[in-house]
Amino acid sequence: MVPLLSLAGVSKRYGTVAANTAIDLNVMPNSIHAILGENGAGKSTLMKLIYGVEVPDEGTMEWQGRSVRPGSPAEARSLGVGMVFQHFSLFETLTVAENISLIVPGKKAALAARIRDLGREFGLEVDPGAMVHSLSVGERQRVEILRCLMLEPKLLILDEPTSVLAPQSVERLFETLRRLRDRGVSILFISHKLEEIRALCDRATILRASRVTGEVDPRAHSAADLAALMIGRAMPAPLPAEARTPGERLLEVSGLDWTNDDPFGVSLSGITMEVRAGEIVGIAGISGNGQQELAALISGERRLPDLSRDVIRMGGRPFGHLGAAARRKTGFAFVPEERLGRGAVPEMSLADNTLLTAHSRGLIRRGLIDRRAEAARTERTIRDFDVRTSGPQAEAGALSGGNLQKFIMGREILLDPDLLFVAQPTWGVDIGAATAIRHRLVAMRNAGKAILVISEELEELFEICDRLHVLHHGHLSPSLPLPQTTAGEVGEWMIGAKEAVDAL
Amino acid sequence: MSAAEFILSGMLAAATPFLLAALGELVVERSGVLNLGLEGIMAFAAAIAFIVVYQGGGHMLAFGVAAIAGAALAMVFGVLVLTFRANQVAAGLAIGILGLGLSSLVGKPYESLTITGLPKLALPGLSSLPVVGGLFVQDAAVWLSLIATAAIWYMFRATKLGLTIRAVGENPHAAHAIGTPVIALRAAAIAFGGAMSGVAGAYASTVYTPLWADGMIAGRGWIALALVVFGTWMTGRVFFGACLFGALSLAELTAQAAGVGLPSQLLASLPYLVTILILGIISSDRRRMRLNAVASLGEPFET
Amino acid sequence: MRYRLIRRDHASTRAAVIAPLAALVLAMATSAVLFAIIGVAPGAATYALLVEPLADWGSLSEVLLKMGPLLLIAQGLAIGFRARIFNIGAEGQLILGAIFASAIPVYFPTAAGWWIWPAMMVMGALGGALWAAIPAFWRARLNANEILVTLMLSLVATQVLNYLLLGPWKDPAGFNFPQSVMFQWDAMLPVLFPGTRVNISFLFALVATLAAFVYMQRSFQGYQLLVGGLAPRAAGYAGFEESRAIWLSLLIGGAAAGLAGAAEVAGPIGQLQRSVSTGYGYAAIIVAYLGGLHPVGILFSSFLMALLYIGGDSAMVTAGLPVAAVRTVQGLLLVFYLGGLTFIRYCLVAVEPAGKPV
Repeated sequence: MVPLLSLAGVSKRYGTVAANTAIDLNVMPNSIHAILGENGAGKSTLMKLIYGVEVPDEGTMEWQGRSVRPGSPAEARSLGVGMVFQHFSLFETLTVAENISLIVPGKKAALAARIRDLGREFGLEVDPGAMVHSLSVGERQRVEILRCLMLEPKLLILDEPTSVLAPQSVERLFETLRRLRDRGVSILFISHKLEEIRALCDRATILRASRVTGEVDPRAHSAADLAALMIGRAMPAPLPAEARTPGERLLEVSGLDWTNDDPFGVSLSGITMEVRAGEIVGIAGISGNGQQELAALISGERRLPDLSRDVIRMGGRPFGHLGAAARRKTGFAFVPEERLGRGAVPEMSLADNTLLTAHSRGLIRRGLIDRRAEAARTERTIRDFDVRTSGPQAEAGALSGGNLQKFIMGREILLDPDLLFVAQPTWGVDIGAATAIRHRLVAMRNAGKAILVISEELEELFEICDRLHVLHHGHLSPSLPLPQTTAGEVGEWMIGAKEAVDAL
Repeated sequence: MSAAEFILSGMLAAATPFLLAALGELVVERSGVLNLGLEGIMAFAAAIAFIVVYQGGGHMLAFGVAAIAGAALAMVFGVLVLTFRANQVAAGLAIGILGLGLSSLVGKPYESLTITGLPKLALPGLSSLPVVGGLFVQDAAVWLSLIATAAIWYMFRATKLGLTIRAVGENPHAAHAIGTPVIALRAAAIAFGGAMSGVAGAYASTVYTPLWADGMIAGRGWIALALVVFGTWMTGRVFFGACLFGALSLAELTAQAAGVGLPSQLLASLPYLVTILILGIISSDRRRMRLNAVASLGEPFET
Repeated sequence: MRYRLIRRDHASTRAAVIAPLAALVLAMATSAVLFAIIGVAPGAATYALLVEPLADWGSLSEVLLKMGPLLLIAQGLAIGFRARIFNIGAEGQLILGAIFASAIPVYFPTAAGWWIWPAMMVMGALGGALWAAIPAFWRARLNANEILVTLMLSLVATQVLNYLLLGPWKDPAGFNFPQSVMFQWDAMLPVLFPGTRVNISFLFALVATLAAFVYMQRSFQGYQLLVGGLAPRAAGYAGFEESRAIWLSLLIGGAAAGLAGAAEVAGPIGQLQRSVSTGYGYAAIIVAYLGGLHPVGILFSSFLMALLYIGGDSAMVTAGLPVAAVRTVQGLLLVFYLGGLTFIRYCLVAVEPAGKPV
């Protein structure tokens, strides 16, 4: 049988970095084909090449046996390729129908009707007249998929589609994808989640460090086999948590109500939680449910009015009204989700990035920066946390995602906080660095520190947390103890099913 | 003629230079680019247009040449910010300074010379109404600027081009990902904005005040920039803002002629003071600014 | 073969030095073409612009006299620009500085004492800072764009100056010219080099350069401004207040411009006139960028810009070049420099042509 899509020897470099090296790939008609690889292995780049967003440096591409070289997404679409991006390519200030009309020809009314019809047919219901900024992340994904389907593609590419879904919604998405496959649409499914691939896909191509390391039938292999192909060795074991009785309350949030003045943001209501010394508390939830807002309020990037200063307390003292620098002075440290531009200044050296949060630790004398102390502290961070870099004068923007995350984690841990708050600790980080970061967090917990983690990766939270909360629509669930709570129960909180039941 | 009649009949003509430049800038900003060089582009094109008319080329040719001159100078800005990814604020200021310099340079031999403007065309019927009749007696360029306003309003309201410009301004990366040619679209917007500023300058120097004097644009480009913010990036509101400023500049003349007991310098500062005041009031509504502002405004785009 | 700009891992120091020099060469070459078009001999004009002012001490001292205010204002503005606070209203702040400083000799025309000119300098800095406080308030509290507000206030400042010179501050013995009384001796800045007009305000500018260097390269406050300019969200994460950066940037820039204005009326002019500024406030924006927003670079760019001003005067006499030509050259300089600046962060790489189906 002639493959639908066939790549041979495809390579792509960005500057000095090889993103794809000599990739061979064959996608058959009527198949769900997985591209498996960890963060930074080159999956997203490969998809951009197929979709014409980028052009390969070398190699050939065949579509139904015919040699092609898509130079733009429009050309790829005209071949019959559709793509659902991981970070959606939707426009918040436009309606669903307007978003779709950007690449699908047709009158508005006719488009709206087709959106409804296709939505019913494939379980992707969404209101065509709704503004995209008012939609949940799951609904936005449906819009992206619908937009592709309206062009009647033969190949649909989905980049990490399950990372924005609750466990229950994942099964629903899989149903949709299987239905599509049965109607003759091949699926290219990109993921780093082994169990999902085994459940859904009939072929899997595995990438590691820009190269293909295997092509297998995922149903015939164990997760451990796939992992070995993906990372080149066995999955590292998690560090066991020592049994501890939680100590004093280091963070207390009591009845936090907060109205967002950003019309595209989320407001919070009735948030109540605490974190004690010697425990890791997780906050789960689908992104866009108030995580960023809650993080900014706990970190002090957003302050509460003086009147409600008592709503957030750290170490027993009111903190809600204090700014980020003042909170940091009293044993609090925070690692934000965006590394470049928030956790670190890309154009500044690592040494100057150390100063960002460690300035109160003897690096300033009479208003002037002590360059020697700054360099010494930076060197210590680099050494203690195994940051691969040329030295303290390297620019933060030149580091890989994993190394920069290790640097930022290290910088914050060296502040010796009693309470450490980490948002998305391993986003976009390779497995080696991710494991190192999780080990650090568990080691700190074992040493009696209080740790709060926000993560979209449920597996990660289950691995390291003592208990967790779920954030949905700006509401926080009660504390759910681990490992007694199942992923299914957490999932119900994530989609708000639990809340609705409780409200009745 | 009463003061009200005077202001009503002259308001649109006074507003036209603001309006044309602001409409052009509106399209540029909607695509995510901030061009601060309007003042210089207007001045440069105004000088060129004046020369064309003075040399006997007529107004049609002058407006065309001014549009091309404005677009060309704007494209220098376009190359800086799109190809070389220069800071848009600095590049806009550079073009502004260059345009003002070129304007005085090429206009020097024509200092204080005069030409004839354009005849007024009356809308039959409406123009004979009492008091408001003067509103319907305008020159051809004013009528065209009203048509341009409607066309741009319609473009953003109902066409795919308008939708695409808005999409690029909100999120150029997403637009690139679905295959919109971000850089080409922005380049076209910048050229269009330059052409509109060019025509605005031409109107000021060959119709509204058909006389060449160095520095005759006198801050109109900056007020046009402010109008885009006042209008919170909406065509209709930009139009009303331009009319307000047209009326304001006529009110200033009326007040001076009537010998109002205020220093003339205060009256001359009025447009700027009003701008500062309105800017403060509109900007302080952060929620509304966030709803309407162009998300990627001023950010360089690279893939 | 096509060329593409690829981001460098590190800022290139070499490109940072070459960019302004290349910009100067390209701007002069383009200007030469322009000069030829308007019928001015390009060689003579270029010589008059760049070389003649250096020929003798007399004209060199005039270059230094022009350089003083440009240097002072540009150092102040550059601090704000690096914090991404765009104060483009230094012209107005300079005028207000000149007005505030003039208040002393205007209201006390016969006062004598060593304290008079120092008090005028303090008043000047205060006046500039107060004028800049308006956009600071507008931006920090009302969220209004400081670019537009500072510019509008410059236009208002011109009208304030006109009002004073045509009204209450007009010299009664001045034949109805719009100018104040001539200042008394003690209101004048001491001359630095005897026989020239260079006064001690040139030293203020040098001290300001040193202070700006320490502030931006070594001080923690300067570092906070830099972070706010490079990555506003990182500044928020670190807890550096944005409103503080706004106030600091505008007040520093305003005070520097106001001081420069005071030094103009108490120096080469000796009274308050309409022509108190010949566009220093706008030219200083170019000076700041051309110097790479770096205190040392600004030292060179302010000299170059002053050279162009004085050279423009001599080119008018010797080569018949219109005064406006200097502004054109300035604009071209900045245009080419901004293009060249790109190569500090990017390098040009040849790539395979992008593909259509083969």
